Amino acid sequence: MSVRRVMGTEVEYGISVAGQPQANPMVASSQVVNAYATSTLKARRARWDFEEESPLRDARGFDMSRQVADPSQLTDEDLGLANVILTNGARLYVDHAHPEFSCPEVTNPLDAVRWDKAGEQVMLDASRAAARLPGNPQIHLYKNNTDNKGVSYGAHENYLMRRSTAFADIVKHLIPFFVSRQVFAGAGRVGIGQERPKHGFQISQRADFFEVEVGLETTLKRPIINTRDEPHADPEKYRRLHVILGDANLAEVSTYLKVGSTSLVLAMIEDGYITRDLSVDGPVSALRAVSHDPTLKTLITLKDGRKLTGVQLQMEYLDLAKKFVEERYGSDADYQTKNVLERWESVLDRLERDPMECATELDWVAKYKLLLGYRDRDSLEWDDPKLHLIDLQYADIRPEKGLYQRLVRSGRIERLLTDDLVEKAMHEPPTDTRAYFRGRCLEKYSENVAAASWDSVIFDLPGRESLQRVPTIDPLRGTKKHVGGLLDSSETALDLFNRLTGS
Amino acid sequence: MAQEQKQPKKSSETEESVETAPETDVNERREALDSDVDDILDEIDDVLETNAEDFVKSFIQKGGQ
Repeated sequence: MSVRRVMGTEVEYGISVAGQPQANPMVASSQVVNAYATSTLKARRARWDFEEESPLRDARGFDMSRQVADPSQLTDEDLGLANVILTNGARLYVDHAHPEFSCPEVTNPLDAVRWDKAGEQVMLDASRAAARLPGNPQIHLYKNNTDNKGVSYGAHENYLMRRSTAFADIVKHLIPFFVSRQVFAGAGRVGIGQERPKHGFQISQRADFFEVEVGLETTLKRPIINTRDEPHADPEKYRRLHVILGDANLAEVSTYLKVGSTSLVLAMIEDGYITRDLSVDGPVSALRAVSHDPTLKTLITLKDGRKLTGVQLQMEYLDLAKKFVEERYGSDADYQTKNVLERWESVLDRLERDPMECATELDWVAKYKLLLGYRDRDSLEWDDPKLHLIDLQYADIRPEKGLYQRLVRSGRIERLLTDDLVEKAMHEPPTDTRAYFRGRCLEKYSENVAAASWDSVIFDLPGRESLQRVPTIDPLRGTKKHVGGLLDSSETALDLFNRLTGS
Repeated sequence: MAQEQKQPKKSSETEESVETAPETDVNERREALDSDVDDILDEIDDVLETNAEDFVKSFIQKGGQ
C-alpha cells in the first residue's frame, strides 16, 4: 500500500453576516448554498438521497438508539435544509449552522488538496452570489474551526479502509499519531481553552475541544477517534474512517502532508506493520500539551516510559513508513508516496531545528510568524484584539481580505497547485472514482436526476412511473475509464440507463 | 530511531566550521526574515478590519461538528 486510497475532506465554514452578529446562521448558510445552486446549476436540482445513511452505526459493533442520540447526530434526517450535489461530485449543504463542502471521493493526497481548495472557491462564489440577490446582506465565510467564544466546528477527513482491520488496532496506532500530527497540520490559534480562552497562541484550532479517546459523537464529548461506521461502500469490504480532530487548513502543503501521512499510517495499520507500541500516557491532555507549545519542546510521556516531543513522535511514524515503503516497493514506489515521505521528513527536521523554517509551508507557522511580527512592531500582548483579528482574518476566504491569500499572492506561501487546476475542480469531478459518474450525470442529464448521494444516482425517466436507482456502492467503479465512453455516447438519461441495465 | 540517524557526524576537522558557520547563517536569515516581516505587516495593515475589537466580538458561531 501507499498514500493512495479513497479519501476526501469535508469542511464546515464559519459564517458571519456583515453588521449583524445576531443573524440566524442557518438562514444565512441556506442563502449561501441556495444562491450557488441557483447561479450554477442549469435546471432541476437533485435532492440528496438519505436512504443509505446510518450515522448511529458504531464501528465497535452496535447501533446507538435514536432516542439517546443527540439531535445533531441524526444527520440522515432530511430537515429541508439546503443541500445540493455539484457537477464535480461534491456535496454542498447546510450542516447545523454552517455551510459545508464535502469533497468528491479522490484517490490520492494531491487530489484531496485540489478538491478541498476547489471547495474554498465554491464557497467564495456562493457568498458572492448570495450578496448579489436583492435584499440579501453581505455574508462572509471563514475556513477556521472556532469563534473563540466556546464554539467549535469541524473539518473532517474520510479514509476508506479494509474492513478486516481490527478496530482496536486502528485506535491503538492512530491515537499517538493524531496527538502529534498537529505539529504540521495545525492551523494555529490565538487563545487557549474552550469557553473563555486564556491568552496565548497554540498550534491547533481544535485540540482544546477534544475530551475523550474514542466515541461516536462529533458535537459533544468529541473523541480523538470517531467510531461512526457508515462506509458509503460495501460494508463487508470497507469501513470509512471518519477523522474529526483535524483543523481546516488553507496551506496546500499542510493539507497534503496531513492526508498523505495519515494514509500511509493507515496502510501500515492495515498491513499489521506497526509492532512498536507508541501509546501515549493520557492522550487527551497530551493532545492539548503539544498544541499549547509552539516551541515544540514539550515532552509527552509514552506508556513505555519514554518521553518524546510531538515532532519526535512523528519521526517514529516517519521512520516506520520509510521502512514500510522501502520493503513493499523499493524504488518502484509511486511519485506521491515518495514525495509525501520526503516532505514529511524535511518538515519534521526543520520543525525540530526551528519551526520558523516552515513559515512558507505550514498554516500555524505562517500565522505565528505574522502574529509575532505584530507583537514586536506594535508591542502587543496576546490579549490584544488585533492579534485575535489577524487569527480570524487569516481564514477569511475573500482574496481581498484573507491574510492567507495575501501571503500566497506575495509569494510567501508555497503552492502545490495552480489556479487553473483548482478552478477546473470546481466544476469537474475526479476521473478515477465514482464521483466521475455522479458529477457527469449531474452535468449532462440534470433534468432527469431526481436525487443522488455518495452511493447512488436516482433517475426520473420519461415513461417510467417509479424513480430508478443506480447504485454506486464501489467507489472505484464509475470512473472515466469505466463509464466515460458510455456517458459520452449516451444522448439522454434514458439511453444511459437502458445501456447500464441492459434493457 | 529516526532521530539518532539524523545527528550530524562530527569529526575533528569539521568541528571548527560547525561552530562558526551556523551563527552567520542564523544572523543573515534573521535579518532577511525581519525585513520580510516588516514588508508583509505594512501590506496587511491596509486590509485589516478597522475596528478589531468590535469585529472579533461580533464573530459568533453556533455549534458545529
